[in-house]
Amino acid sequence: MSFFEIENLSLSFGGVKAVDDVSFAMNEGEVFTIVGPNGAGKSTVFNMISSFYTPDGGQIRFKGEDITEVRADQIARIGIARTFQNIELFEHSTVLQNLLIGREIHSRVPVLRQLIFDPGVRRAELVHRAQVEDVIDFLELAHYRDERIANLPYGVRKKIELGRALCVEPKLLLLDEPASGLNPEETEEMGFWIDDIKNDLGISVLMIEHDMSLVNEVSDRVLALNNGRVIAEGSAQEVQNHPDVVAAYLGGAA
Amino acid sequence: MRVLFKTDYNQDIKFAKHGGYTFWYGLLLAAVFIAPFALDTYWINELTRVLIYALAGLGLMVVTGFTGQVSLGHAAFMAIGAYSHAFLLSQGVPFLFSLPIAALTSGVVGLMIAIPASRMTGLYLTIASLAFAIVVEDVIIHWESVTGGNRGMLVDTPILFGYEIFEAWEYYYIVLVLLIMSITLVLNILRSPLGRSMLAVRDSEISAESLGIRVARTKVLAFLISASLTGLAGGLFAHFIQFLSPETFGIILSIQLLLMVVVGGLGTVHGAVYGAILIGFLEASISILKDVLPPAIGNQPGLEPGLFGLILVLFIIFEPEGVYGRWLKFRTFLENFPFYRRNTFKRQRSYLKTERMR
Ligand SMILES: Nc1ncnc2c1ncn2[C@@H]1O[C@H](COP(=O)(O)OP(=O)(O)OP(=O)(O)O)[C@@H](O)[C@H]1O
Ligand SMILES: [Mg+2]
Repeated sequence: MSFFEIENLSLSFGGVKAVDDVSFAMNEGEVFTIVGPNGAGKSTVFNMISSFYTPDGGQIRFKGEDITEVRADQIARIGIARTFQNIELFEHSTVLQNLLIGREIHSRVPVLRQLIFDPGVRRAELVHRAQVEDVIDFLELAHYRDERIANLPYGVRKKIELGRALCVEPKLLLLDEPASGLNPEETEEMGFWIDDIKNDLGISVLMIEHDMSLVNEVSDRVLALNNGRVIAEGSAQEVQNHPDVVAAYLGGAA
Repeated sequence: MRVLFKTDYNQDIKFAKHGGYTFWYGLLLAAVFIAPFALDTYWINELTRVLIYALAGLGLMVVTGFTGQVSLGHAAFMAIGAYSHAFLLSQGVPFLFSLPIAALTSGVVGLMIAIPASRMTGLYLTIASLAFAIVVEDVIIHWESVTGGNRGMLVDTPILFGYEIFEAWEYYYIVLVLLIMSITLVLNILRSPLGRSMLAVRDSEISAESLGIRVARTKVLAFLISASLTGLAGGLFAHFIQFLSPETFGIILSIQLLLMVVVGGLGTVHGAVYGAILIGFLEASISILKDVLPPAIGNQPGLEPGLFGLILVLFIIFEPEGVYGRWLKFRTFLENFPFYRRNTFKRQRSYLKTERMR
């Protein structure tokens, strides 16, 4: 039994087969990267894992359980958190509020008690606050704690979105292009964090990424998609040198 | 610039973030409590009206400002609160029970509306809320045995612990205490998981969902709380106007409420209060204006809604953060003088978010 497994997953939009019979499996503690040219179907795979889209066929299994039909708002509870390609932060809230929202699945106080804000609620809030502070320390976000997202530059937002996903305390983290829009220094920094997430926090990472320097640096294994189909799988080197991958990136048919 | 040194996580939870808060809000609280001693009946009444508006606006703020669901039908919740309260009083239910029951009745109607409405977004929800308000108005007109229909309905004087509330100042205090309690409730929501879920739903439903927030449930709870607060305001308003008729709670009132929260500042409790003050002021000025203007213009039936609509649009275009946002900018300007940068509040380059999930 693999830690996380996708089997014969397919989804079409109208006539377009965005994802076509994709299968792969990743082990616990791994950084597994999906590469592929624009429109290859990478984000669509993530959106099916998140249950935003329902696959036409195939299965998604997490720790041996079929999670294909699990509701979108239950995916985090199972232990899967994610970031988005185009950053989906809560723009008009502060960094602190964004991170606290990441604690949602760990909040269990009934609504009526929240209205009264009894001492138990306060204690629970302080615990969340301390957990969030660990993430703030980990990603060095202390400087931005009380800033509203709308006032922050792109690179910082990417870090905050990563931080918010970490506040979920997931077992599996999905990162959709963590380095897109980052400058080379920020990309390098992102690489260090992904390493730390894997090694220090023990979280497995499934990542989509275009930046090959980052892919080479952090990936244990790489999968290449093109036109919705798997065209190669292996180490970062193997995949990059695979003739179909080279052809796909040169714009040829695979 | 004011830099806050934090020594305790409690500081983020407390209402008063620093000494300045305690001082200024303490002063404000003292002012509103002694106001009746300094004012005559006319002004006490005007102030009471503002407080009731603030309470109704607070309700709308929960659903529109915090949860991002624009409602153009909130006058209907005021109507439900007002009529239920008046009806219960007429049936001999004591004030202290009747008022919360009326608020909850409105809340439950809000909840029932929200269950189908929580599947709608944006403009569709707004139109649905408008339709709902029209239906409620119709029900009020036709359910004569309870509401008196177009003949209207007299509201009994409130009786508290066997004591009749006749004086303006007595009623002012009742409204004031209920408003403060409601604000406390809303502030509690805001510092709790539920409040954060609302903000999350407002700003990005898909990432809220991916973090485990039940979006529909959050919207339904927001409507329940919102409609209860606005219904409570309706119940209080009933005594204030003493006579209920269907047109009191028409579309103009809904627009006024929306105007209040937008002009006051969406997404803040301050916004509801500022908005109420502004609307109170605006109503007074319009009635003065009507006397000054030539009758051909002054007596146009569309004058009030036209002006309200115009102001709403101007604020949405030029100051979407409302009066409260404007004040924050001004304060920052003063604090940093003479080092204020024009661009402090300018948004960083914004990144287009068309293909939302990709
Ligand atoms: N909601 C949708 N409706 C219709 N077509 C869609 C939708 N989402 C994705 N597609 C199509 O599916 C295909 C795969 O898109 P996807 O976003 O998964 O690509 P990607 O590999 O993430 O590309 P990129 O590197 O540009 O992010 C594209 O042809 C895209 O146009
Ligand atoms: Mg993509």
